[in-house]
Amino acid sequence: MTELGELYQELILDHSKSPRNFRRIEEASRSAEGYNPLCGDKVKVFLKMEGDVVSDVSFQGSGCAISTASASIMTETVKGKTQAEAERLFKTFHDLVTGRPPKSDQELGKLAVFSGVSEFPTRVKCATLSWHTLRSALSGNGEVVSTE
Amino acid sequence: MRATGEVIVSTEIEAKRETLRGSFDVSRIREDFPILKQLVHGKPLVYLDNAATSQKPQAVIDAMLRYYTQDNSNIHRGVHTLSERATAQYEEARAKAQRLINAADSREIIFTRGATEAINLVASACGRERVGGGDEVLITAMEHHSNIVPWQMLCEERGASLRVAPINDDGELLIDEFEKLLNERTRFVSVAHISNALGTINPVRRIIEMARSRNIPVLIDGAQAAPHLKIDVQELDCDFYAFSGHKIYGPTGIGVLYGKAHLLEAMRPYQGGGDMIASVSFEKTVYNTIPYKFEAGTPNIAGTIGLGAAIDYVNQVGLDNIAAYEHELLEYGTKALSEIPGVRLIGTAKEKASVLSFVIEGVHPHDVGTILDREGVAIRTGHHCAQPVMERFGVPATSRASLAFYNTREEIDALVAGICKVKEVFRA
Repeated sequence: MTELGELYQELILDHSKSPRNFRRIEEASRSAEGYNPLCGDKVKVFLKMEGDVVSDVSFQGSGCAISTASASIMTETVKGKTQAEAERLFKTFHDLVTGRPPKSDQELGKLAVFSGVSEFPTRVKCATLSWHTLRSALSGNGEVVSTE
Repeated sequence: MRATGEVIVSTEIEAKRETLRGSFDVSRIREDFPILKQLVHGKPLVYLDNAATSQKPQAVIDAMLRYYTQDNSNIHRGVHTLSERATAQYEEARAKAQRLINAADSREIIFTRGATEAINLVASACGRERVGGGDEVLITAMEHHSNIVPWQMLCEERGASLRVAPINDDGELLIDEFEKLLNERTRFVSVAHISNALGTINPVRRIIEMARSRNIPVLIDGAQAAPHLKIDVQELDCDFYAFSGHKIYGPTGIGVLYGKAHLLEAMRPYQGGGDMIASVSFEKTVYNTIPYKFEAGTPNIAGTIGLGAAIDYVNQVGLDNIAAYEHELLEYGTKALSEIPGVRLIGTAKEKASVLSFVIEGVHPHDVGTILDREGVAIRTGHHCAQPVMERFGVPATSRASLAFYNTREEIDALVAGICKVKEVFRA
C-alpha cells in the first residue's frame, strides 16, 4: 500500500464521513474543548462517568478527516474503560502515531488504522487533538487544550 | 463610458500578451531559480505557495553570499573599506526600493523586518499620536492578521474602536459601505492592496482619495501587491505603503515601509538604540534624521542587499511582463479549477491577482494539502492568517494555490490532477 493509502484507510474515511458518537451529552459529567490554531480544527469532548468508568463519551466539532476519524474511533474505544485504561490507551496511541514502538502490550483494536500517520509528521496533531481533549476532560480541569 | 473603457483595457492586455509571447520565456526564467529543480516525493516540485513566500533567484542568493564572503561589515560608522562597501550597498538597496515604488525621496524608505513590522511601526509611532478615546480606525473585512492586530492593540490602548468595512460574496470591498464608515472620528485607514486569502485587488486609488479628502492618513498593506503589480506611491498618494522582501523574491527578515517625509519627520521613533540617534547624553538624546530615526540597531544588512538584488531581478523581468503573464496564468487556473465538479473558488472578484483559494466539497483542506504534497504540489491550507475572511465565507479553512511568474500552465495541470487524486482518495 502507498503511504497515502496507509493514511487514508477505508475505516478512517468511513469514520470521517459518518462520525460515531457525534453528539452532545446533555447530562455530561465532564467536557473539554480542544483547538488547533494552525489549521483551525476544533473539538469538544463530552464524558459521562459512572464512578471511575467512562459510561458514555461523545464529541462535536469540525476538522480534517484524520482528526474527525480519530475522535470518532476514540469515542468507540474508550467507552466502558476506566480512567486509567483510557490513559494507557492514549499513551499507546501516541506511540503509534509518532512512530515509536508501543511500550504497552495493550490491544490497539481499531486504533491500529492510524499507524500510517507516523509517516506524516505534520498530521500527528490532527490525530491526537481529540485524545488530548479527552485527557483534559478526564482530569476534570476543564482547560481548553491547544496543540500549540 | 464603462464599456469603452473595458474595450481599451482588453486591447491593451492583448497588446501586452503579444509582446509577452516574444519577450517572456518562462523556461529560461525557471533556470534562475535553483530550488525549482527538485523532486518532492519523487515528483517534480510544483511550488504554488508564493503568497506565503516566494522562491529566490540565484542572483539574490549570490548577492548575499558575496556580501558575507567579501564585504561583511557594520554600516554607517566604520571608516574602513569593508564598512564603506557594506554601507554603499545598503544605501543602494534603499535607492532601488525607492525607484521600485517611485517614492519621491530615498529618505522615505525605511527598512523593517517585513510588512508586519512596518504596520506595527506606523500603528505605534503615528497611530498613538493621532488616535485617542472614542476615535476610530478603519480597515476592511479581508485584512491579514498583520493589518488587524496592530490596530486592535492600538485601539485597546487608546480606548478607540476598530471599524471594519464589509465585503461581498465575491470577496470585493463594498466601497459605498467603506465610505459610509468614514466619519469625523476616523483617525486612520489601513487597507490591503491585494488580499492574501482571496486575491482581490482593492480599489486603493478611490480609498485613498476618499480618506485624503477628509484628511485621514492611509496605510496600504502591499505585501501581496509588490510582487505582482507596478506600484507608484506618488500617483497613489498614500501616506504609508508596506511590503515584505521575501514575497518579492528577496530574503526573509527584510521589508520596507514607505512614508511621506513630513509625516515620518513628525513621528516619534519606534525603537531606541544605536544608529537612530544624532547624539546621546544621560540628560537628552537628539534623534537622527529620517530614515535612520526608524532604523535602531544594526539592521539586516545581508537581507537588505538581497532585497536590492531581488528588485534588480524583478526589474529585469519587468513588472508589466510579470503582471500580464500571471494574469493569463490566473485565468487559465480559474477556468481549470471551476470545471472540476465539487470545487468551489473562494474569492471571485473581478479584479484579482495570483491567488486561487478553493474548497472541495466533502474534503477538509488539510487533507487536500497532504495529498497534493505527495504529488509534489505545494499549496497552503488553513485560514491564511485571515480568520475573519474564513468566517465571512462560512468555511473553517481553504486550500490556496498562489502563483508566481515562474509557474507554468503545466503546473496548473499538475494541481488539477492532484485535486482529482484527492477526490479519488475521498471518493468525493
